[in-house]
Amino acid sequence: MTAVDPSSTAEDTAQAAGGDILAVAREQVLERGEGLSQEQVLAVLQLPTDRLHEALALAHEVRMRHCGPEVEVEGIVSLKTGGCPEDCHFCSQSGLFESPVRAAWLDVDRLVEAAKQTAKTGATEFCIVAAVRGPDAKLMEQVRAGIAAIRAEVDINVACSLGMLTQEQVDELAAMGVHRYNHNLETARSHFPEVVTTHSWEERWETLQMVRAAGMEVCCGGIVGMGETLDQRAEFAVQLAELEPDEVPLNFLIPNPGTPFAHLEVPQGADALRTVAAFRLALPRTVLRFAGGRELTLGDLGAEQGMLGGVNAIIVGNYLTNLGRPAEQDLDMLESLKMPIKALNDTL
Amino acid sequence: MEPPAGTAGVDRPYCAWCGAARAQGDHAACDRRLATVDPPRHCPLCARRMVVQVDPMGWTARCSRHGESAGTNGFA
Ligand code: SF4
Repeated sequence: MTAVDPSSTAEDTAQAAGGDILAVAREQVLERGEGLSQEQVLAVLQLPTDRLHEALALAHEVRMRHCGPEVEVEGIVSLKTGGCPEDCHFCSQSGLFESPVRAAWLDVDRLVEAAKQTAKTGATEFCIVAAVRGPDAKLMEQVRAGIAAIRAEVDINVACSLGMLTQEQVDELAAMGVHRYNHNLETARSHFPEVVTTHSWEERWETLQMVRAAGMEVCCGGIVGMGETLDQRAEFAVQLAELEPDEVPLNFLIPNPGTPFAHLEVPQGADALRTVAAFRLALPRTVLRFAGGRELTLGDLGAEQGMLGGVNAIIVGNYLTNLGRPAEQDLDMLESLKMPIKALNDTL
Repeated sequence: MEPPAGTAGVDRPYCAWCGAARAQGDHAACDRRLATVDPPRHCPLCARRMVVQVDPMGWTARCSRHGESAGTNGFA
C-alpha cells in the first residue's frame, strides 16, 4: 500500500489517480467491477462539493449493478453493556473512562423480545453484541442460551459481535449457527494506535481471518471522523477491500461524554457523503451498511442521499448505547425510495 | 417517556444528559442529544447515574432511588 504525499492537492491526486476520478471510476468500478486504489479513493474524498452529487450518483449505479436494488435490514442489541477493559477512545462502554454509561446485562427473555421486534420490521439479521475484549465462559454460555431461544421462536439470521476470539470460540460460534460475525477494524492501520492502545489492529485482523475460515460471514467496518486524515480514510477503505468482508458497517463518530474523543466534532454531512461514495467505489460488491451516527451527521435528508449514494443496508431502530430513528421512519424512507427489503431466503 | 412510578408531575431539577442542575448553565445541546441519539443517563430527579438498557425499539433506565423509567426513541 502506498502512502500519499500529505501536501498533495486534489488536482495532484486526480492526476495520480489517472485523470478525472469519476470518469476513471465509471470505467474501472462500474464496467469492470474493480474497486478503486488508495490514491483513487483519496481523489474521491477530495472532490469539491459541487461534484458530490455526481459521485453519489455513480456510487448508486455501482451498487445497483453489482449488488442489486435490495436493502438488507438489521437490528442490533447489547447483551452486555459497559465495563469493558479496553480503551477504544470513541467508546462510552470502556470501563477506563469517566463515562455515564453503567454496566448492564440483558436477560434471555428481553433478548428474544428484541429479536422478535427486529424481525417484525422485515429485518433479516439480528446481531448480539457484548462490550468485552473477548468472551469469557459466562458470556459464551449466555450467547448459547440466547441463540437457542431466538432460533426456537424467531425466523431471523443471528449475528454476533463479541470482540476478539480464540479458535475454540470461533468454532463454538460456528457450531451454534452464527451466520455472520462483526468485528470492526475501526480505522486505518496507521491511525489505529491513536484510537486504541490496549490491543492491536493485527489482533483484530487475526480474529477476522479465523471467522472466515470457519465459514461465518465477515462483517467489518469502522467509524469515520476519529481524527484520521483523508489519506488514512482512503487507506482504511482499501484495507477493508483487501479483507473482502461480506459487510462493511459505516459509523460516523458520536463524540461521547467522558471519552478521549468527546472533544471531536461531529463529522460534516458533505464529508460523510463523500466517504459513503468513496467506500462504495472501493468495495463494489460488499453490503455497505449505514450504522451509528448518521442521525447527527446526516439528518433525514442526508440519510436518503446516502441510500441513493451507494449504501444498501441499514441498522433499524436503536443501537447499543445510542438511539436511532424510529424503525418505521427508515422503513417509510425505503418505501418512498422504492427500495425493496432483502428477504430472508435471499440471505442464505 | 414514562416517568418512574409515582413521580408524574414532580419537578425535574437535573439534566438527564449531563446530570447538572437544569437551573444552571445552558442545556440546549444536552436536549438536542436527548432528542436524537441518547437515552437519559442521569436521573432527572436526583442526578444519580442510571443503569440504562437500550434495545432496538426503546430503552429502560433504572435509578437506585427513584426506580425505572422507559421510553422509545428520543427522550424529549
Ligand atoms: S472493545 Fe468494544 S466495547 Fe470495549 S472499549 Fe473497545 S469498542 Fe468499546
